[in-house]
Amino acid sequence: MTFANSPQANQVSPSLQPKGWLRYLSFSLDHKVIGLQYLVCGFLFYLIGGALASAIRIELSSPISDFLARDVYNQVLTLHGTIMIFLWIVPVVNGAFGNYLIPFYVGARDMAFPRLNAVAFWLIPPAGLMLISSYFITGAAESGWTAYPPLSITTPAAGQIIWILSVLLLGGSSIFGGINFIATILKLRRPGLKLMQLPMYCWAMLGTSILVVLSTPVLAGTLILLSFDIVAHTGFFNPTLGGNVIVYQHLFWFYSHPAVYIMVLPAFGLVSEILPVHCRKPLFGYATMVYSIMAIVVLGLMVWAHHMFTSGTPPWMRLFFTIATSFIAVPTGIKFFNWVATLWGGRISLNSAVLFSCGFIVNFVLGGITGVALAQVPFDVHVHDTYFVVAHFHYIVYGGSVFVIFSSIYHWYPKFTGKMLNEHLGRFHFVLTFIGFNLCFAPQHWLGLNGMPRRVAEYDPQFAFVNQLSSVGALIMAISTLPFLWNVIQSAFNGDVAGDNPWQGLTPEWLTSSPPPVENWQGEAPLVTEPYGYGITNEELAVEPSINDDIQIPQDK
Amino acid sequence: MTILLCIALVLGGTWVGQHVNLLPISASSNAPVYDELFRVLLSIGTILFVGMLGLVIYSLIKFRRRPGQTGDGLAIEGNLPLEIFWTAVPAIVILFVGLYSYDIYDRMGGMQPLQHGEHGHQKMSTNQRIWGGIGSGTVSQAESKSNNPLPVEVTAMQFAFLFHYPKGNIISGELHVPTGQQVSMKMESKDVIHAFWVPEFRLKQDIIPGQPTVLNFTPTKPGRYPIVCAELCGPYHGGMRSAVVVEEPAEYESWYSKNSKEIISEA
Repeated sequence: MTFANSPQANQVSPSLQPKGWLRYLSFSLDHKVIGLQYLVCGFLFYLIGGALASAIRIELSSPISDFLARDVYNQVLTLHGTIMIFLWIVPVVNGAFGNYLIPFYVGARDMAFPRLNAVAFWLIPPAGLMLISSYFITGAAESGWTAYPPLSITTPAAGQIIWILSVLLLGGSSIFGGINFIATILKLRRPGLKLMQLPMYCWAMLGTSILVVLSTPVLAGTLILLSFDIVAHTGFFNPTLGGNVIVYQHLFWFYSHPAVYIMVLPAFGLVSEILPVHCRKPLFGYATMVYSIMAIVVLGLMVWAHHMFTSGTPPWMRLFFTIATSFIAVPTGIKFFNWVATLWGGRISLNSAVLFSCGFIVNFVLGGITGVALAQVPFDVHVHDTYFVVAHFHYIVYGGSVFVIFSSIYHWYPKFTGKMLNEHLGRFHFVLTFIGFNLCFAPQHWLGLNGMPRRVAEYDPQFAFVNQLSSVGALIMAISTLPFLWNVIQSAFNGDVAGDNPWQGLTPEWLTSSPPPVENWQGEAPLVTEPYGYGITNEELAVEPSINDDIQIPQDK
Repeated sequence: MTILLCIALVLGGTWVGQHVNLLPISASSNAPVYDELFRVLLSIGTILFVGMLGLVIYSLIKFRRRPGQTGDGLAIEGNLPLEIFWTAVPAIVILFVGLYSYDIYDRMGGMQPLQHGEHGHQKMSTNQRIWGGIGSGTVSQAESKSNNPLPVEVTAMQFAFLFHYPKGNIISGELHVPTGQQVSMKMESKDVIHAFWVPEFRLKQDIIPGQPTVLNFTPTKPGRYPIVCAELCGPYHGGMRSAVVVEEPAEYESWYSKNSKEIISEA
């Protein structure tokens, strides 16, 4: 295998890399620096996307269109969706935690392609800034994040083209990252480490990266064809020139449904890392977890047309995609039962990381149930493109992925910085977020069932009260960011010193100093064959698994 | 104890499904079928959600680390029979839901070959693929009220619906239909994708430029219901609304004879 020469190769130029905080603004090749770059950059975009969401909720607190101009409202909702998906959740659950953790988990000193890794990150800020600046220069895209033609062909071209360019850059970044993760997980494993001994997040990232590499190019090709339609007046998707708008929908959702799994599979992996540590129990059903991830990957690639049940689809297609979509609930359900079984009989520390993870389980179960309902064609024809769908996918991507991102930040912040976060502020943050989130999105199920379509700036006055309730929830969610921000910033300076392994974790990232040195370990990488071996020995906690005499843990405790 | 809790959960979920009404009134022949499906899904969903919520909360309280406690939890790495059990149960539930919703879909007429209007209209559709939504089948034929659906041609544009009745050559901005009569709409869009949605009918079908779609339904309850555009179609998407007026056949006849042969635009 080829892992052996990677340390030497990297040692050539450590002095050329900036030191101190400046390296976070540099073209650093260190996977930990890149991971944190992804995380902080993603969070800044999250704040922007959140501000846009606030604008939407302010507009919707009254039934008439009175806060934003109508076309600006459509720009805002397009930007909100695009930023939250492509600049916050996808880069953070994949790029941030993937880059930080995967090399540790496979026992490598860095990713397989460090330069490609840095390129993948540095595509994101320009793409994001370009997307946002389009609002101030020409007006942003206003056809929704789905950019369905012919609407996307007939709305102002400049904003739409900038949107396409940004998404292409972000998709490229995502593909680079995916290739890197696959290579790292399959090729850079420490000798002696078997695939079925890897922490679950590696499997999640392997599955996710397969989806990224298979489906993102389809989106790229589709958007290039769409840009030809806009700029060069070709007729791929333009019905007046003989094009077909349904083809665009198939191509778009061939990426964009797997994109949902690109956002939630890594979150599943992260939860599988967090829960065993704080429950002091092995992850329940490791093998079924792995198989269900792979089943989700396979099924996730063949369910896309359930976004098109009211569009031009023949009956057999509706039936096929109903069945395929429903069956995704089986592997997903297995994972949730396994997590509950992991909780069962544990010694659970009720800290912020666990609370956010359990919040994720509760929210995602609700989102999953509405998802199975939406997969049924006769159910979907009523609620498709309504606020029911808005509620459903926010339960998946916010109640699911974003809760896990917060959980992960609480869990790994001590490793990132060497400082502990304030637990009281963390729990306060959880309570605010959980209440705000559910108050914001649960009522939207009712709105959708009773006749409020999505993406509208004005609506039937009978829905005003429930919309105001939802807006109050959004306000609480916005406020909940403040204790988190304060916690993260002041803990970096004044937090308690964390030590190397504050949670007594067994996965490899805890078996080095906090924050870890460049190239991760002073000596050789530890061989961790039982990443979840809690409670297996009857002795008091064995922090360093005594499996291999080669393990060199820095002895500076 | 556990068994009692499970029974209570199932009964509670079923009760919620039967008694919690989250839907608007039903005003077409497929709406009661839809509501039946909704009640079943709501029951199953409530049972699953409350069950999982209960398990998570119970675990967090029962198995929380008490002050002064050290050491690990039980070293359970898996339990094959248990895992097979909770693979099989969701699979069976999914299978049931799938078969049941197929049955519902069939009863709504989703699996029927598409037809629009009278047989004479079919020659239009031979050279064009026409795709349609639910309710495109023979719901009303089963009720044998009428074998002759009322044909309506719907044109959608930014930001309005136009309804054309080929029989009386009526053009209207509102859709007038009689109760108990199957209506067959052929829908075309002039510009971008729109969608025809009547929440009280539980029906939605996109209206697609360059590709006519068909939507059949049978209204049952007189009243005035909103027609909502459900596909983002531009700045005034939220304002793209119309109304469907469902009338008793006699009232409809008088509206029809008043407007017949004349071109009246109320839009």
